[in-house]
Amino acid sequence: MAMSVCVVGCGAIGSLFAAHLGRVDGVEVWAYELQREHVDAINAGGLRISGASELVGRVRATTDPEEIPSCQYGIVATKSMHTEAAIAATAGVFADGAVCSVQNGVGNEELLAGHVARVIRGTTFPAGHIVEPGHVEQDTGGKTWIGPFEPKPAAMDEVERLAAALSDGGMETVAMPDARGAQWTKLIFNAATNPVGALTRLPHGWACEREDIREVVRGLVAEGRAVADALGVELDSDPDELVDHATQVAHDHKASMLQDVEARRATEVDFLNGGISRFGREQGIATPLNDAMWALVKGLEHSWTRGEQR
Amino acid sequence: MAIERVCVVGAGAIGSLYAGHLARVLDVTVLTRRREQAAALNEAGLQVSGKSDLRARLTASHEPHGIDDVDLAIVACKAVDLPQTAARLEGGFRRAAVMTVQNGLGAEEVVRRHGEWPLISAVTFMSGTRRSDTHVEYELDTATWMGPYMGGGPPYETVQELEGLLIEGGLEAEAMPDLRPAQWSKLIFNAAVNGVAALTDLPHVRAFAEEDEFADLGHLLRGLIDEGKAVAAAAGIELHDDPWEMNVRAVTHGETLRSDYAHIPSMLADVRGRRPTEVDYISGALAREGERLGVPTPLNTAMYRLIKAKESSWR
Repeated sequence: MAMSVCVVGCGAIGSLFAAHLGRVDGVEVWAYELQREHVDAINAGGLRISGASELVGRVRATTDPEEIPSCQYGIVATKSMHTEAAIAATAGVFADGAVCSVQNGVGNEELLAGHVARVIRGTTFPAGHIVEPGHVEQDTGGKTWIGPFEPKPAAMDEVERLAAALSDGGMETVAMPDARGAQWTKLIFNAATNPVGALTRLPHGWACEREDIREVVRGLVAEGRAVADALGVELDSDPDELVDHATQVAHDHKASMLQDVEARRATEVDFLNGGISRFGREQGIATPLNDAMWALVKGLEHSWTRGEQR
Repeated sequence: MAIERVCVVGAGAIGSLYAGHLARVLDVTVLTRRREQAAALNEAGLQVSGKSDLRARLTASHEPHGIDDVDLAIVACKAVDLPQTAARLEGGFRRAAVMTVQNGLGAEEVVRRHGEWPLISAVTFMSGTRRSDTHVEYELDTATWMGPYMGGGPPYETVQELEGLLIEGGLEAEAMPDLRPAQWSKLIFNAAVNGVAALTDLPHVRAFAEEDEFADLGHLLRGLIDEGKAVAAAAGIELHDDPWEMNVRAVTHGETLRSDYAHIPSMLADVRGRRPTEVDYISGALAREGERLGVPTPLNTAMYRLIKAKESSWR
């Protein structure tokens, strides 16, 4: 089969997708990425993955959307705050294609739908980090779930074809008519644990084995669950169990939002607690704790812009 | 009762501001924690700069014994140091009234465990920065409010006499027959402003009163304050000032009339210095009162827990 895919945002997650697809026969993989050194290294020696997977994928990378031919699929893997700019720059590539988000939180698919005709909702669990330009270490495996995004859906057979290619490449992907369950489960987990880490500066287990903090996390989960219920989303697992499981297996892991805060980078809070808060308001469900986390993390981001003498 | 001799317990910024100004009008002894600071104060006196400009002669000691003969003791240590400080006073100050000026709720009860002194409740809005053991910068020249403690205080006239002495010494002060309305106004204000500052690393800036966008901090401040007001109402307390208006006033008038000035709340200063904060006496006290009175305080409780966890991150 001939298939063309462009990965938009080829950081750690984007690289996992691009490299795994790049070893499937008949799949041509492009990557749009602004980090010039990473782009050059990929073009020179392929995209190398080590750790949970070991492979080198064939990928053509560029910083210039004009160089990318028309593609059948897009996989958007930027940080959520860059979704709008990234899809605005690359929309022409997908004039006849379907575009899938594999990003954190909720709200990205809506942004994609503002630029392209057919959108796929996606949630992915694998994680990694960039070791050096052209080389990503995969820290954890896990599944990816994808499904048509209403109200601008890709066709189900289109979704299934992408899932099959990803699974062939070694990234186990499940196509389902309604993929919101996985998305909201991960959203609720992230929205409950990430801001707590960012505000207290504690790694996951250090925070969540404190009964007082576990209670705050439980309250955040309960609000997210109420919003998911109102939307008719059936969660595919219990976020509270994921929290306790992570305390065991990822005790010293610093949430990505904490890593962002330590590096004074903008966080994804608008798409996490902000997303729960926004959907909650639409459904008439109060989310006071998520609102509070959203405001506190935005306040923390604001503190970096003051240039105060310390 | 005539107040002629005063002992100020604790020579941090607030204690030094009381000691320096009161030394203009009466005999002041300072009880320090450290021997070196007492020696330095005896040697050099105490300098106040900023909103006042003075150099006070006073006596200082790091030993409570021997400072028994005073009419009033002002306990001006931080709330986190109060249990230890109050224990040192046990058996002393036999004919004195004792005033507490700690942030939050519960200081009087802590002191009461160590003696039957008539107690004066106080809250202070003034602030300063310690420059050295013998020099304090007076920053916010706002008032101290005080009144007889409801669980056993001196006659109101004593509090009024103290008000007069503080004003004569150059400070702002106001006596009130019942301090609780003012104490609770400041408690609710502090729980919101100090808590948000401690978690966001923001000084008390205009953003604390902004409510334009949904994620603006003003909504959170208002939510925290509304919970506090519900607890106060259940406790039968009619607030002296509306804490939300205190918040808006503080960020719009800029307290010092300098447009670039933003006050660093004490809890933020503690977080930046990686010191234990007073959150147990502020958000924690509000949450405990809410629980006692059956008023839910989910936001203040969450803030309390996050700040306690944050303190644990630098241990």
